[in-house]
This record gives sequence, structure tokens and C-alpha cells, in this order.
Amino acid sequence: MKLELQGITKAFGDFVANDSIDLVVEPGTVHTLLGENGAGKSTLMNVLFGLYEPTAGRILIDGEPVAFRGPGDAMAHGIGMVHQHFMLVPVFTVAENVALGDERTRAAGILDLEQTRRAVREVSERYGFNVDPDALVEDLPVGVQQRVEIIKALVRKADLLILDEPTAVLTPRETDELIDIIGQLKAAGTAIIFISHKLREVKAVSDTITVIRRGKVVGTADPGADATELASLMVGRAVDLSLGRQHSDGGDVSLEIRDLTVIDELGVPVLDHVDLDVRKGEILAVAGVQGNGQTELVEAIMGLTERTSGSIRLEGRELLGRSVKEIINSGVGYVPEDRSTDGVIGSFSIADNLVLNRYDRAPVAKGLALKPAFIAENAEEKVREFDIRTPSAQNTASTLSGGNQQKVVLAREFSRDLQLFIAAQPTRGVDVGSIEFLHRRILAERDKDIPVIVVSTELDEVAELGDRIAVLFHGRLMGIVPGNTSRDVLGLMMAGSTAEEALAEAGRSGRATTDSDEPQLPGGIA
Amino acid sequence: MSTRTQTAPASASNAAPTAGVGRRSLILYSAGALIALVLFALMSPGGTATFRLSAASDAFQIPALAVPVTPAGWVIALLLVAGTAYVFSLRRAGRGVPGWVPAVFAVLFVSGVLIWMVAEATNPSISLLSLLTGTLALALPMVYGSMGGLLAERTGVVNIAIEGQLLLGAFAAALGGSLSGSLVGAMVSAAVGGVVVSSLLTLFAVKYQVNQIIVGVVLNVLVSGLTGFLFGTLLSGDAGLNSPPRMPNLPIPLLSEIPILGPLLFNQTVLGYLMFVVVAVLWVGLYKTRWGLRVRAVGEHPKAADTVGIKVNRTRVMNVLLGGAVAGLGGSFYTLVSVSQFSRDMTAGTGFIALAALIFGRWNPIGAFLASLLFGFATNLQYVLSQAGTEVPSHFLAMLPYVITILAVAGLVGASRAPAASGQPYTKD
Amino acid sequence: MSSPTRTPLQRLRRSGALVSVLAILASFIVGGLLIAFTDKATTAAAGYFFARPTDMLAAAWDAVAGAYAAMFRGAVFNYDATSFVGMVHPLTETLTAATPLLTAALGVAIAFRAGLFNIGAQGQLILGAIFSTWVGFTLELAWPLHLLLVVLGALLGGALWGGIVGWLKARTGAHEVILTIMLNYVALNLLGYLLNNALQREGSTNPVSPVVNASAQYPLLLGSDFRLHLGFLVAVAATAFAWWLMNRSTLGFEIRAVGANRAAARTSGIDTFKVTVLAMVIAGALAGLSGAAQVNGTEKFLSESIAASIGFDAITVALLGRSNPIGVFFAALLFGAFRAGGVTMQIATGTPIDIVLVVQSLIVLFIAAPPLVRAMFGLNDRREKKSKKPKRAAGAPATVGGDQ
Repeated sequence: MKLELQGITKAFGDFVANDSIDLVVEPGTVHTLLGENGAGKSTLMNVLFGLYEPTAGRILIDGEPVAFRGPGDAMAHGIGMVHQHFMLVPVFTVAENVALGDERTRAAGILDLEQTRRAVREVSERYGFNVDPDALVEDLPVGVQQRVEIIKALVRKADLLILDEPTAVLTPRETDELIDIIGQLKAAGTAIIFISHKLREVKAVSDTITVIRRGKVVGTADPGADATELASLMVGRAVDLSLGRQHSDGGDVSLEIRDLTVIDELGVPVLDHVDLDVRKGEILAVAGVQGNGQTELVEAIMGLTERTSGSIRLEGRELLGRSVKEIINSGVGYVPEDRSTDGVIGSFSIADNLVLNRYDRAPVAKGLALKPAFIAENAEEKVREFDIRTPSAQNTASTLSGGNQQKVVLAREFSRDLQLFIAAQPTRGVDVGSIEFLHRRILAERDKDIPVIVVSTELDEVAELGDRIAVLFHGRLMGIVPGNTSRDVLGLMMAGSTAEEALAEAGRSGRATTDSDEPQLPGGIA
Repeated sequence: MSTRTQTAPASASNAAPTAGVGRRSLILYSAGALIALVLFALMSPGGTATFRLSAASDAFQIPALAVPVTPAGWVIALLLVAGTAYVFSLRRAGRGVPGWVPAVFAVLFVSGVLIWMVAEATNPSISLLSLLTGTLALALPMVYGSMGGLLAERTGVVNIAIEGQLLLGAFAAALGGSLSGSLVGAMVSAAVGGVVVSSLLTLFAVKYQVNQIIVGVVLNVLVSGLTGFLFGTLLSGDAGLNSPPRMPNLPIPLLSEIPILGPLLFNQTVLGYLMFVVVAVLWVGLYKTRWGLRVRAVGEHPKAADTVGIKVNRTRVMNVLLGGAVAGLGGSFYTLVSVSQFSRDMTAGTGFIALAALIFGRWNPIGAFLASLLFGFATNLQYVLSQAGTEVPSHFLAMLPYVITILAVAGLVGASRAPAASGQPYTKD
Repeated sequence: MSSPTRTPLQRLRRSGALVSVLAILASFIVGGLLIAFTDKATTAAAGYFFARPTDMLAAAWDAVAGAYAAMFRGAVFNYDATSFVGMVHPLTETLTAATPLLTAALGVAIAFRAGLFNIGAQGQLILGAIFSTWVGFTLELAWPLHLLLVVLGALLGGALWGGIVGWLKARTGAHEVILTIMLNYVALNLLGYLLNNALQREGSTNPVSPVVNASAQYPLLLGSDFRLHLGFLVAVAATAFAWWLMNRSTLGFEIRAVGANRAAARTSGIDTFKVTVLAMVIAGALAGLSGAAQVNGTEKFLSESIAASIGFDAITVALLGRSNPIGVFFAALLFGAFRAGGVTMQIATGTPIDIVLVVQSLIVLFIAAPPLVRAMFGLNDRREKKSKKPKRAAGAPATVGGDQ
């Protein structure tokens, strides 16, 4: 199937998410949409999939204009989509999820799931997916859930498959498997739209690359293009973003984590006997694929998790078992990974958000009463110091962009004297301009001789900031390696090799440390 | 049952599939056995408790069941202790409890309570038949109400307005029945009455996305005011407008002659027979058909449903309207069967018990049906026992459904999880 | 979507105040239509509508105007009265009726702000009433002390009932809407039981309590011609307290934070367990205060109908007041006026007081759906019709229960 988008524009109120975008996808090819977070890639795909109605422009399939009033229409025309957040009902089985919306029935609308099971097995065997049609989706690992999504599209005879940020949740190994699958699909004549902001995969998988920035097509490139060039195109200015930072060996050990174990509600350990030391004046970067225990590690330090055992000592003082408030008050600064749910209260004013974790202490409060005058003054000061772009500190935090919300969080945490600073995914969903600012502030904090932990799933951010890098896999510490360790070694560790195994394997191919020809880009790009 | 979800970690501990036996249920079993041992056995009031099995007018007279209280108490108590021990042994073996265990345990416990209560009465003799038929009658509007609520809630629309649907159904049945003079007219009016409440619910909750609970709460007040106002003006001004035809019982030949079961199950009104049909159809529909798969998907993960071409808000609206028709029909019980005229606020909170039954029944038609029967039983027991002159204060029996529901939502008696998208309006962006 | 180039007219169209006024107006219109359609003279005249349409319109006008005028006379100012007392009596009745509504609604509002949908003011009020009755007739103490104990008892009773909900919610995640509805019925049955046993009036077979001692009563504020009692001033004080609590205190900050974003509140070190329990305790205590106002102020004894529908009306009052203490204060006055005026209307014109419930519930529905109100009055400009994102009712929790 040949797909053409002509002049697609989608506006939400005054905001134009897609501005007259043209795109041609040939059958049996992989066409990549490359762009930063918020560039408008997902919006475009939702238009193509019939979820949004375009404000202007038209869609042509094999030369014929089509109009989709819903995803049902798009699917009827052979378009399938694997969403970034899987569209699977957790409490349904694989077969039920695949059947949904495309049910085989007997008389009187009675479901005939057997037909669907057969179809699932057929596709599963053809591509070697190994998916049980009767498994409950919520019991499946993320990588398998993604295959269920692909099966859903293939059972519906999709000729064009949209993959929206498909590798965000995968381990490097699962990513390789996905790239194989894409190859098979391509060979079978399926057209694929691959959406990503990760240059490495994009170069590995694409036939054609279209770069989108701020809702507009800013250029096309061929997969052989230089990574730095692609990055500049995507970001919109020359990318020279090395911070020129100095490596730090750090001073005395300040945070000692011993034998830290966290178990989930089902009794399964999500953090398994982890030992870590963080020194004053160093950044320990914690790497790993999303969901391998990083969140639990940070939440355990912050006192946000129950069912913990072991010991977490800050300057010799035990933190485990203390309340969140006690931990905050003992000088731990924290940037949570999910800014909008944990970091700020959207309906509160920026001023209130700036005192969110010291509202009950002098000088913000006196006894049981708040001091509104101080809160207002403090806000004016922080808005200026951290360059928070807002007309007024009395506006709600929800009116701010992601990057500015993150500045509010940092401003709040840096308002106190810190003994330890933890930043989880500090630049996720943040525009490039703010990333640099945020990174510099984090480095500045390190240089004040404070121990810093940065958790990130972006290898480049890890490499950029970490003086040492700890890698977690399935809740276990795979090892701690120097900041200049190569991406191959880190990738192996993220997939479950210990540091020794990974170094040994990478050593055989002579790639144990960072190659100088690879571009160093801020988190979220490469 | 499929109400577990990944998206509500706060209560995930309740929702977690327990491979073994939870501590809470162990405590419950132990407490049940202990109460039985103390109350039924050690503190047995003695004597005999008599359960009359047939009415005086029946063709076949079955001798009354005379239960010797103390021996029966001991037997039940020891069985319950044995059951608890069995559950403990299962826990040690790390195995789950088979589904029949809690059911048998509950039936035994309730029988024990019943025997004990009857024995305590000044006249230790009750009619088992009237206890059971009364249970079914009291449960009927609850069943309809909970089925109506279930239809809405399974698509993710919280329906607190069941009470209003029942009440407007009752009112509309009285008015429509009086005007048309026909039962069919009355039942259609009742369904329309329920649908009217539902359409307001969907207008505000789905179209204008007002918080569903606010709408539900306010609609109950609106219906109470509206029916009260119209009762005070229209109906009281013209008695002809408030005299609907009475719905007759339709005994099924032969089957209705079976002792106990006959009068209980096969001598019902149309509304009574229809109740069983509704429950069965809903269960099959929800778990075995395309419609049910889609409805459950909309309630659990509306966005996923949308991406496969299911019209989320349309499904919600249709189901809420259908649910209104079912609940409204249930309301007609009050004015067509129970009493033959409408009066102010005559549903007296049954809609809320229906909501409780829906939750205690874990959003499953059969579960909600059984929960309604249990609540109907508790309500009826207080009437029957007060006739027998028992010491047990009726107010405490009346509290039972509410207390059980509180324990249920608190996860003490069975974990109850709402459909994941409950109460959340759906928009595409 | 906030365009700076908005004309004053456009701004007025979008303003919340205008919507509130129009919502109230629309509700009265609907109520008026109901009155007109059920009025005998109107329906009689409708029989020959096409011959003389003015007859029907005149009859309808008479019916509606008569009823609303009677309501005004009963709620604000009785211009037909012969004495000054008679003239201002209605206003004091409004304040008397508003008293229990106000405190209960403050409780509901505070719980709302904590993200808790407290449908349980009814039960909390009943518990407060039970406690204050018991303290009121069993103890023999001097006036201010006895009344003080009554008030404490009422606060405690309501706090207990609210606290149970808060604790269960915080501990088990049980949905507070279900908990509060169920506890309302438990409270009602408990009241029934006590009125037939421990609290029953000696020598009476009716389920009523003894009259509380004079030393346990709220004194009348304006002499024996008026029922207005000290409870009203207590309620005004409670409003001031609620305002300070929500806007100026650290606990209020915590309550608002937990209500707006539970996860962020927890991450910031706020003890969400404590806040959930405390918010419900305070909400319950305020509703309990309404129980004291009913028993020890207005009614002087406990009966099964002591709570009337105050606990439920309180929800609508809190919604109308947008969960803001000052707004709640005025909403309670409005609903108190409905209550007082409705009684007069029923007596004077025979219009059932139930119409008040209709008007009240319509007001809340309309206010919660501004686009509907604007559409009814033709105020939607084209831009807004396109915007498909209606705002949530202010003050109400964004989502209830299932959001954590």
C-alpha cells in the first residue's frame, strides 16, 4: 500500500500541532519520522489513524483520497498502529484483546474466540512471536505485550503499520528483536512508519527519514546521514552540547546503601540486595531499562515505599523507616521521574509549588499559619533566578511547559541546604533548550560537594552526567562502571550481564570505552 | 470475573490475586467459627426451633421442620470449626480455597444464626416459606436496580442515581398504568421513567462531563422533588391518576405445585419471571458476546476500545439508557405489585442497597443477584422475626446490608474492584 | 486558549458569576413551568387555548407569581404582615434554616477539597445529634458549661462518624462515596434503635427523646418571637474558621495538596493518611455541629426526622458554593431561604414544598455545566462551541476515589 499525506494540518485551538505536513510512504519500506518530544509526530499519526480529524489536508491511499471518521475506518483501509502506551485491556486475554473491535461471532452475537485464537497462533508462528492466546495481558512482559499489539494489527490484515516510539520500553536485546521483526514485515511487503527520537535505531531500521520540528517537516534524510547532522536538523540549531564538564572522583562516601531489598505486593523482589555508595561531589548515574528497579531504588531512599529491608545511611544516619517528611528535612532533594504526577500540583499556583515541601516550617509558616507574604516574595525571587517563563507566579503550575515545570521543581529543591540530591529522569519530555540548563544546574550542585544520584533510561544522559554508572537489571545491581564506559558494555549490562561479563565480551571486540566519533547529545536525543 | 487492574496501585493489595489464603480471610473464618461455637453451641437457648414449610392453604401439607436447637447448634459450630481448620491446612499447603468453601461456610453460618434467632423468640416458630418468598419479593427491585447500575458501571459510568431511576419508574408506572389502564402501558411508562433519569445522567456526565457522582446525587434529589411535587399536585388532585392496575401472579401449571419451590419460584408476577431472564441475559451478554466484550473494554480501558473503532461515548450512552430502562422497570414493582398506588419517596433507599449489592456482587450480574437476595433476606428476617417476637432488635438486622457492604469495600469480605475507568469521562485528547 | 484580545462582553460571557446567576434564573424558570403546568386554573384555561390564549397565560402567570411571591414572603420579607415582627420574621426563619445547612456544607466542602466525596453529612449530623441529645438531657449543669459540653459532644459524634470513613479510606482504599452512603443508613438505624431504647422519652411510645435541658440549649438571639438561636453565630464562626483553615493554615495547605494531587503531596512529605483522616474528622465534626443546632437550637428534642434532608442539601450547598467557605456561606443562606420560603409557599398557595428540591437540584446541575447554561441563553460564541473541553465543576474533586 502506498500512503500519501498532503498538507495535513491539525490545530488545537490556537496551537498548531501539525502544520501542512506532506509525507509519502512506499510499500515494503520503513519510513521514519524523527523529531523531539512534542514535535507533533504522535499527533500526525493520530490523524492518520482516524483518532483526530485533520483541520486541513488530505490522506491518499494508493492514489485515492480517503477520509477516516475513526480508527475503525483507518483499520478498514489496512492501517494498523502500535501506540506508545499500549492499547490493551489488562484484564483481557490476548485473544480477547485481539478480537476486540474485530470479533468473530456465531449466531446472536455470541463470541467465537476459537477463530481468533487460531489467527493469533498463525501470526505468532509465522513471525516466531511465541504468544499464548489465552494468557492474560497484565501478566505478560512489556515486550510480549508489544507483540500482541503487532498481532492485533496483522490479524486485521494491516498493510501499513505505525510504530509509535516502540523502543522506549524495550531492553537493547528486545529492541534488536523488534528490528528483526520489522525486517520480516518489510520483506512481506508491509509499509512501516517508525517514530522515534533515537538516532541509533533510526539509522538501523529506516529506508527514508523525515524530520519534524515544531509541527513542520524540516527536511528528509537518508539513513546513511551523519548522526550529528540529523540531530541538528531535529533540534533546529547546530548541536554542540558537550558541557565541557570535568570528571569528578568525589570525596568521602556520604550515602551508603547496603543490602537494600524492596518487594512488591505479590512478594516479588523488585529491588534485590543492592549495595551502593555515593561520594560527596560525584554524580552516580543509575542506568537501566524502565521498570528494572530504578524507581523503587529512588522511592526507597525517599521513604515512599513500604516493604523494604536493608539499610540506607546518609552521613551515618539511617534513612530507612523514616517518614518522607523526615527524609526531606534531613536534606535530601528530589526530582521525581513523573513530574506532572509527583513533582508539581498542577492546580496549585507556581508560588505554592515552590514551597510544597517546606510549607510547614519557618520561614514559610509560623506555627499553624502560613505566611502568604513570604510565599509570594520567595516565588518572585525563584522565578527570576531560575528563569521560569510565566507572566505571574500566581498562575497555576499547569500553565507551564514541561521544561518550566521542571525548573520549578529544581528551584524548590535547591531552596534548601542539601545533603543529597536525587534526580530521576530529569529531562524526560523537556525541550532541548531547557535540558542544557537543567544539566548545568545538576552539575553545579555536584560541584558544591553534594552527592548526586541521577536516574535515567537515556544512555546518553547517563554518559553525559555520570562520574560512575550503576546498572540495574530486574532489580539487581549488574555492577558499577566508570563514566566513560562504552555504550555496548552498558547495553549488555542493561540486558542482564554483569559488569565483568560485559567488559569481557566487549573487550573481545575492543569497544570497552566510549568511541570518540560518536556524538554526545543531551538525554532524549540520540 | 475481571475487575482487577493494573492502574490502581493504592488498592492493589486488595486486588492482588491471592495464590494462597489471605490473612484477612483467615481471621474471618476463625471469627465465624468462634462466634458459632460460643453463640450456637455453648450459649444455645435450647428447645426446638420450628420452621413451617407449607402454608395452611396448600394442597400438599408438609410436616413442619422441628430443629432441636442445642444439637443443631453443636453440629453447625463443629462443621464451621472443621471448615476453618481445612482452610488453615490449605494455607499451610500454599493452596487456594475452592469456591464452594466460602459458600458452604456462609450458608451454614446463616442457618446457625437463623436457628439461634428463632429459638430466642417467644414463639420459636416461623414460616420458612414466607421468609423465602418475602426475601425474593424484597430483593426484586434491588435486583433490577443493581442490573441497571451494572449496565452503566460496566462502561465506566458511575450510577449513583439508581434510587432516582427506581422512584421515577414507580411514579411513571402508577401514572402510565392509570392513564392507559393496562399493565403493558404501566411497564413501558416505568421503563421510560428510568430512561428519563438516565438521559439526564448521560447529558451531564457524558456530554458536559460533570462529575458523575455529583450528577447521580443531584438527580436523586431532583427525582424525589419532582415526583413529590407531581404527587402533591397531579396525583392527589385526581385519584384516577394514581390507581394503576394490579399485576397478577401467573402460577405455572404443575411446577407451581411443587412444595416450597413451587410457590417460591413458579408463582410469580411477570416482573418476577422477567427478573431471572434479565439476570441470565446480562450474564451471558456480558461474558459471552461481542456486545459484552466491547462493553467491558469500554469500562476498563476506553482509549484501547476507541483505537479499535469502538465508539466509547456512544456505548456509554446506550448502556446507561438501557440500564435506566431496567431500573425503571424494577421501580414498577412498587406501584404495580407491592401497593397499588404511588406515594412520596416510596423506594425508601432501595436504590442505594441495589448499589451496595452491585458492589458486593463485584459488578457481576450473578454476584449482584445473590447479593440482592442476601440483602432481601436480611431485611425480611427482621419482619419475620419481629412477628415471632424475638429479642434481636430489628434495627440491627436492617443495618446488615450496609455493614456488609462497608466490610466488602474495605476488602474485609471479598475484594471488590470497580471497572478501571469508573467515573472518568472520556475525551480523545 | 487564553487569548489576550477578548472584549469585555466576551469576558462577561465566560465569567463564572454570570453563569451562576443564569443557572439560578433557569432553575426558577423550569420550576415555574412545572407550577404552571400543574395548576388547575391554567390547565382549565389550556382547554380553550386556541380560542383565548391569554387566559391560559394569565392563569399560568398568576400561579407562578403567586407561588414565588409566597416564597419571597416566607423567606425574606413579609410585606403583607401587619407588625414589624411579622415583616422581618421570614428573614430570621431563613437564617434559622440556614444554620445547620451551613455547618454541614462546610464539612462537605472541606472533604471535597481533600478530594473526598463526602455524601455522609447526613449520618455525621445524626451522630452529632445523638451525642448532643444525650449530653443535653442526662447531665445537670449550669448554662454555658452544659451547652459547651453539648457542642463538644456534637463535634465528637460527627468526628467519629467522619473519622471512620477517613480511616477506612486511607487504610484500605475503600471508596468513600460507598462508605458514606452506607454509614448514613447505619446511623439512621442506630438512631431508630436508640429512640426506641436508651434515648426514648419516658412514658412515650413514640420514638422521640426527652426535651433537652434549658441549660443545654442555644439561647434565642432575638427573643421569643423568633426561633433564631445562638447556633447561627456558631455557624458563622465555623465559616470563619473554615476559611482560615483552608486558606491560611498549614493543615489547609496539606488538605488542598492531597485533594489536588495525592501523589505529589505524598512525595512532598505530606502524610496523606493523616490528612485523609483529619479532613474527614473535621468534615464530620462540622456536620455534627449541625446536629447540635437542630436538637439544642431549633427542635429541642431528638426524633427520627431530626436530620430531615439537611445532610443531602449540604452537598448541593457545598457544590453551589464551589467548596469555598465564603461561597458556601451564601449558598447556605440561599438554600435556607428556599426552605423557609417553601413552607410559606406550601401553606399559602398549596404548591408542594417539593418544588424547592427541584429548583435546588437544577441549580447545581446547571452550575456544573456552564456550556449548557450559556447555550440556553444563547451566549455561546462560535469559538467556544468548537472547544470540546468543558471545565469541571469548580471545587469538586477531579476524580473520585479511583485516582490513586
